[in-house]
Amino acid sequence: MTKFGEMPDRTGRDLFAEAGETAIEDAGIDREEIDALYLGNFMGELSERQGHMGPLMAKMLGLDVPATRVESACASGGMAVRQGLHAIRAGSADVVLVGGVERMHNMGTTGATGGLSVAADDLWEIKQGITFPGAYALMAQRYFATHGGDREDLAHVAVKNHANAANNPLAQYQSEISVEKVLDAFPVADPLGLFDASPITDGAAAALLVSEEYADEHDLSAPVSIAGTGQGTDDLALQHRDSLTWTPATADAAEEAYADAGISAEDVDFLEVHDCFTIAEVLALEGLGLYERGEAITAAREGETTADGDLPVNLSGGLKAKGHPVGATGLAQISEMTKLFRGDHVNSDAVEDAEVGLTHNAGGTVASAVVHVLEVEQ
Amino acid sequence: MSEEPRDDGYDDFMDALEDGDPYYVECANGHASLPPRRLCPECASDDLSEASLPETGELLTYNVTHVPTPAFEDDVPFVLGIAEFGDVRLTGQVRADSEDVDVGESVSISTDVSETNGERYIAFDLA
Repeated sequence: MTKFGEMPDRTGRDLFAEAGETAIEDAGIDREEIDALYLGNFMGELSERQGHMGPLMAKMLGLDVPATRVESACASGGMAVRQGLHAIRAGSADVVLVGGVERMHNMGTTGATGGLSVAADDLWEIKQGITFPGAYALMAQRYFATHGGDREDLAHVAVKNHANAANNPLAQYQSEISVEKVLDAFPVADPLGLFDASPITDGAAAALLVSEEYADEHDLSAPVSIAGTGQGTDDLALQHRDSLTWTPATADAAEEAYADAGISAEDVDFLEVHDCFTIAEVLALEGLGLYERGEAITAAREGETTADGDLPVNLSGGLKAKGHPVGATGLAQISEMTKLFRGDHVNSDAVEDAEVGLTHNAGGTVASAVVHVLEVEQ
Repeated sequence: MSEEPRDDGYDDFMDALEDGDPYYVECANGHASLPPRRLCPECASDDLSEASLPETGELLTYNVTHVPTPAFEDDVPFVLGIAEFGDVRLTGQVRADSEDVDVGESVSISTDVSETNGERYIAFDLA
């Protein structure tokens, strides 16, 4: 993946070319071997008047292969991974490049807020003035009213993820923050403040997926395997959900991915979850079956999900501190988790003996979700 | 209204709301949804009819939006909420000081227009 951050002058195509080239070099596979490209991107049309990115990005990497863009809002990257995996499992490809890219800073804060909002329901949400910080604020307020907890509990999620990113050279924010700083921050959409929110980010990420047979035949070192995949769907508009604090798309994706990998939630050693806002990490941990409903709100504060806790969550810094170039996020999760497993991530020491990791990537207010189970043999 | 094309179903609902006679879509199995619909999102029934929306709803949650989309740039800050009217939930702006708003409050429903671009939106008032 590229460094994540503020790079308003860099085009999406240049960002993706860097990430794709980095992935191909890291894998040590000749580009002639690549059979297909799946690319996650959410709002190229809005940010740089660029659609039809499949062929554009293939040629940026000198590839002449079937190339398809995948869009599922902030879950676009994870969905691209799933499409690549399906192509390999179907036997139609042995080597697939999966990637994601998003250019956002050139839109400005209001422009990016407006761009991101189109992942919501145009008629029943956007026309009423909803924003994504606003939508997650509605979920947080309802969570507090239903299950208890407060802004200070959520602040600990932000503090944890900033601490994890502090030494990550690819992260947008490489600085620790305090609970007080989170609580005193400008209220983007009360009860969520600036430090409850992931930043606007430019960046790209990519990975090469190969079939088991291809890895064996070519004596490739591919230590991390994607053992399970799952996808869930829910009403696009938050208002149509039975519950404002429970995300069935995450639960469905997790159930499918656990069954696909032949594991249960208890087997998961560490995770990268979709913490676009602090409350989102809480809802993810409950939806994934790792906490009972209403109980994940204190996980970060109690130190259960910190780097030295029993269940480290977002060792990369998460979307919150690593940054959230929306279409690239699902791929960044795969890239960072691979490094965490391999031992070449700054936080690898926290998961030395880990065998099972989980990535969770969500679109909108979790109207779409995709979960992958990653495994290594220890 | 401007010369802009309408969003049929949605704009019909907003017209009815302006006239003080809002409705929702109900299927033969009693599932509630909002227009435009050809099929019930719950059970795919195509036996749909219009039913009157209750006059007051319960505010399920709210926020105070300070960073808006471009369409509401001159409207911030505003209180945005989701309220439940019988079996139907709607998102709208609560016309009240945020200090006076609480989860569980009763609200009535009408329309208002954006100060930024004059487009109408759903408004709630504390009942």
